[in-house]
Amino acid sequence: MSIMTTLSNLGQTSGFYMLLSDWRQIVMIVLACGLLYLGLVKKFEPLLLIGIAFGMLLTNLPGSEMYHPELWDAYIAGQLRLTDIIHDGGLLDILYIGVKSGVYPSLIFMGVGAMTDFGPLLANPKSLLLGAAAQLGIFAAFLMAIGLFGFDPNVAASIGIIGGADGPTAIWLTSKLAPDYLAPIAIAAYSYMALIPLIQPPVMRLLTTKEERECKMEQLRPVSKKQKVLFPIIVTVFVCLLLPSVAPLLGCLMLGNLFKECGLTDRLSDTAQNAMMNIVTIFLSTSVGATAVYYRFLTWQTIFIIVLGLIAFEFATVGGLILGKLMYKLSGGKINPLIGSAGVSAVPMAARVSQKEGQRANPANYLLMHAMGPNVAGVIGSAVAAGFLLAVFGG
Amino acid sequence: MTFGSALIYSLLGICVVFFALVLLMVIIRIMTAVSDLAEKKTAPVAPAAPVAPVATAVGGIPAPDMSAPVQTLKAYAPGSAGELKLYDTDPRTAAMLMAIVADELKAPINELRFISIREIKEDDQV
Repeated sequence: MSIMTTLSNLGQTSGFYMLLSDWRQIVMIVLACGLLYLGLVKKFEPLLLIGIAFGMLLTNLPGSEMYHPELWDAYIAGQLRLTDIIHDGGLLDILYIGVKSGVYPSLIFMGVGAMTDFGPLLANPKSLLLGAAAQLGIFAAFLMAIGLFGFDPNVAASIGIIGGADGPTAIWLTSKLAPDYLAPIAIAAYSYMALIPLIQPPVMRLLTTKEERECKMEQLRPVSKKQKVLFPIIVTVFVCLLLPSVAPLLGCLMLGNLFKECGLTDRLSDTAQNAMMNIVTIFLSTSVGATAVYYRFLTWQTIFIIVLGLIAFEFATVGGLILGKLMYKLSGGKINPLIGSAGVSAVPMAARVSQKEGQRANPANYLLMHAMGPNVAGVIGSAVAAGFLLAVFGG
Repeated sequence: MTFGSALIYSLLGICVVFFALVLLMVIIRIMTAVSDLAEKKTAPVAPAAPVAPVATAVGGIPAPDMSAPVQTLKAYAPGSAGELKLYDTDPRTAAMLMAIVADELKAPINELRFISIREIKEDDQV
């Protein structure tokens, strides 16, 4: 073998040579760097966006062989077993098993549960109605995805769940209903969650009067420890009996919350909130980013998904605000409708937006704790909606 | 799937979400009622509650409602505004926050009443 042949072979097997074979790979690398810029410099959901963008970068570097969508296609078609993927797959294929099986989103929910205080919700149970109304975005986007863009029902359901403004739920449902669309849906969900302070305020000001925004709410009643401990157990029993398909998500959310509230498992609560959450976030974000392979991501469908995601967020905000306005009227001006927009989940970003807008209208207005009620209700609401969609379209 | 079928599924979906959350609302109300009843039964006869400090409006901002039931019957030093609860916040940060709030409101700090301070972490996002 001559030196020239060796050099030629070396050149042909290098990533630079392979990069020239398809311009879309270069576009994806640029796109991944753009997302990294948003995460690192603009601080848009950096904990997730940096991992997603880096996974996207790795998977589109030719020759890296870290993720093989064709293996997963064969697995879904029943031609391969999971052990074959472990044997033949790359690092990101192995990490992706946790996404495919729904393990990571459920574990993230456990961490979220351990960090969430359901006190404001227990103090004002009417918040649950606002959390339900804000799920309007899910079903509005689902309808549009079918009516306007002709998506299959399972893909439309996955697109709709972006409106739940809840990343783990969106990933959990999409990995089961439409795994090919996981990357654009996850990126749309997390990007719009980061953009909530820009997306929501114009709609909030458009749909509410100054008088409504100025409304001050009474201080929340105190909630006993006993109620906080009983709540996760009761929610798990009733909601999982109503919709068994939602058990992995809601069960983990409530288990994490029980760790936090019972006062006997501080170590477990700490692990769920910190160490476990961080590890799973790394695995989840990189493996979700890895699914953004250039020949599947650079399609018109991705653009439609981005557009529908924005529509879903706006409709979710509108749903919460309209019910908030109704409650303002029915309560004789005791409920500020701005807390309705916090029903879109995105904890605690959406509640902060309600607080900011309320204080903008009346500097003495403190809506944060009131908005946390609909905010955490939105998490339960979006999980229920995801359970419904999985039960209907997952069969 | 036709648009009509999608519309029916959407309506059904929103109804299921409302049903689940209304069910939870009812359960929470029942749980609260039962819990309050149990607490009333087990609560010992309390001594006379201390007189709540008189709150005045500062700079056009109404003072917190002091007519609300007193949560604890712990005796405080004369002039005390009660106990401040700190969650994930050290006393030094709490002191700075109270000073900032007083400065923002242009109100003397001894005319404000702080009930609790809780840190909302940046990472606490779903």
